Amino acid sequence: MSGAIVIGASSSWARALVKISPYTFSAIGIAISIGVSVLGAAWGIYITGSSLIGAAIKAPRITSKNLISVIFCEAVAIYGVIVAIILQTKLESVPSSQIYEPESLRAGYAIFASGIIVGFANLVCGLCVGIIGSSCALSDAQNSSLFVKILVIEIFGSALGLFGVIVGIIMSAQATWPSKV
Amino acid sequence: MYGFEAMTFNIHGGYLEAIVRGHRSGLLTAADYNNLCQCETLDDIKMHLSATEYGPYLQNEPSPLHTTTIVEKCTLKLVDEYKHMLCQATEPMSTFLEYITYGHMIDNVVLIVTGTLHERDVQELLEKCHPLGMFDSIATLAVAQNMRELYRLVLVDTPLAPYFSECITSEDLDDMNIEIMRNTLYKAYLEDFYRFCQKLGGATAEIMSDLLAFEADRRAVNITINSIGTELTREDRRKLYSSFGLLYPYGHEELAICEDIDQVRGVMEKYPPYQPIFSKLSYGESQMLDKAFYEEEVKRLCLSFEQQFHYGVFFAYMRLREQEIRNLMWISECVAQNQKSRVHDSVVFIF
Repeated sequence: MSGAIVIGASSSWARALVKISPYTFSAIGIAISIGVSVLGAAWGIYITGSSLIGAAIKAPRITSKNLISVIFCEAVAIYGVIVAIILQTKLESVPSSQIYEPESLRAGYAIFASGIIVGFANLVCGLCVGIIGSSCALSDAQNSSLFVKILVIEIFGSALGLFGVIVGIIMSAQATWPSKV
Repeated sequence: MYGFEAMTFNIHGGYLEAIVRGHRSGLLTAADYNNLCQCETLDDIKMHLSATEYGPYLQNEPSPLHTTTIVEKCTLKLVDEYKHMLCQATEPMSTFLEYITYGHMIDNVVLIVTGTLHERDVQELLEKCHPLGMFDSIATLAVAQNMRELYRLVLVDTPLAPYFSECITSEDLDDMNIEIMRNTLYKAYLEDFYRFCQKLGGATAEIMSDLLAFEADRRAVNITINSIGTELTREDRRKLYSSFGLLYPYGHEELAICEDIDQVRGVMEKYPPYQPIFSKLSYGESQMLDKAFYEEEVKRLCLSFEQQFHYGVFFAYMRLREQEIRNLMWISECVAQNQKSRVHDSVVFIF
């Protein structure tokens, strides 16, 4: 039977949550996906950048190679943008009689979850790559044979963001709104 | 929060930490010291040093070179680097960097007061002061007659003011009192620095506690050895020991009653970190103790560079530079006095 879903008494928190529009959840999910990813990328870039600038004063040769660390952090922001764009294409209008259908709610929650997954995975990935990039710049300035070895650690670190993007996209594939009756 | 400094340290400290690590890579290595030790004259030393980072500072010196000139120019380099870092630093790093120089300030104050007591000219004394410990009203120190005046006229405006509360007496200044004053001030300074580092917390607190504790213990041992046979009573000796460090409080009680070096050795060998230092000395020999302590200090200072995102590297760098300047002074003196066989007695290699 279509229509209202009864969960608990009519004035419980669960009922209130269910009555929030799925579009709210979707919009917040998209915002978190891009916003928190960019926060992670920016955090990582400033951590790497300040060490890189200081170390390059004594050892100017490190500048071009160590921009790779900054690029890895930037990639994290790009993942966030890509997923945000994908998520917003998943938004569809449903007629107001069907907004609170289980299918609609599921689509809304899927987009929300996808946004959170991508946002927070990219946040910690950006942080991780930034801290390693800072150590990489300082070590490279002292001993140039260390650069490639620390870069391997950074590559593993940036894979974390990629995991988040993959799972986020799989989640968002579930976001099927009820078809118009 | 300890362990998460990496997330926020670089906002204010990232650039300066990278700079100080760059400076560290310019410290002289064992190969440089070997070259320097084989020099015949001071001009050879100048030539070798011009290939290192000291080059621009020594280039323009005219040819009959003195050891004091070499040391002065090298210290000038350290002062320039320090001032550059200090003007870029924000709180709390700027306070931390200033704390590093209070030891030199204390030394300068004692130098001027002692010199005045022995009727030396103020200008001559000012030239001998360490540049890192200068403050504005330092020349006025020559006017003071006793400690109260010293405090009231000059020191109340300097950062050393809070350290003075323990040693203001109305006694006139004489050699013995001045040494006691120096040690009391230094004790107050070390304890204050220790408290400040504890307040900063995190990796800085941990690493600086270790370095300052070693400093406090080393000073305790030196005070004990230097006051054996003088009229300093045991109570007075106890009062000069800092109230932190590995030796506090039981080691201090034992050290206070020591009457010769072998008893000191007996006390120190009970503490595992200091046991290898004392086992290197044969019985009755205390000249090598200084060098053994310097070697241990250098080892600990180099270890502090192994961790990132803390202020201990700044302290460690300043101390390592000072050790390098001491090494250069010793090498220059040996070369100038033709005693090259004794060169390795007192040079501590950093790398």
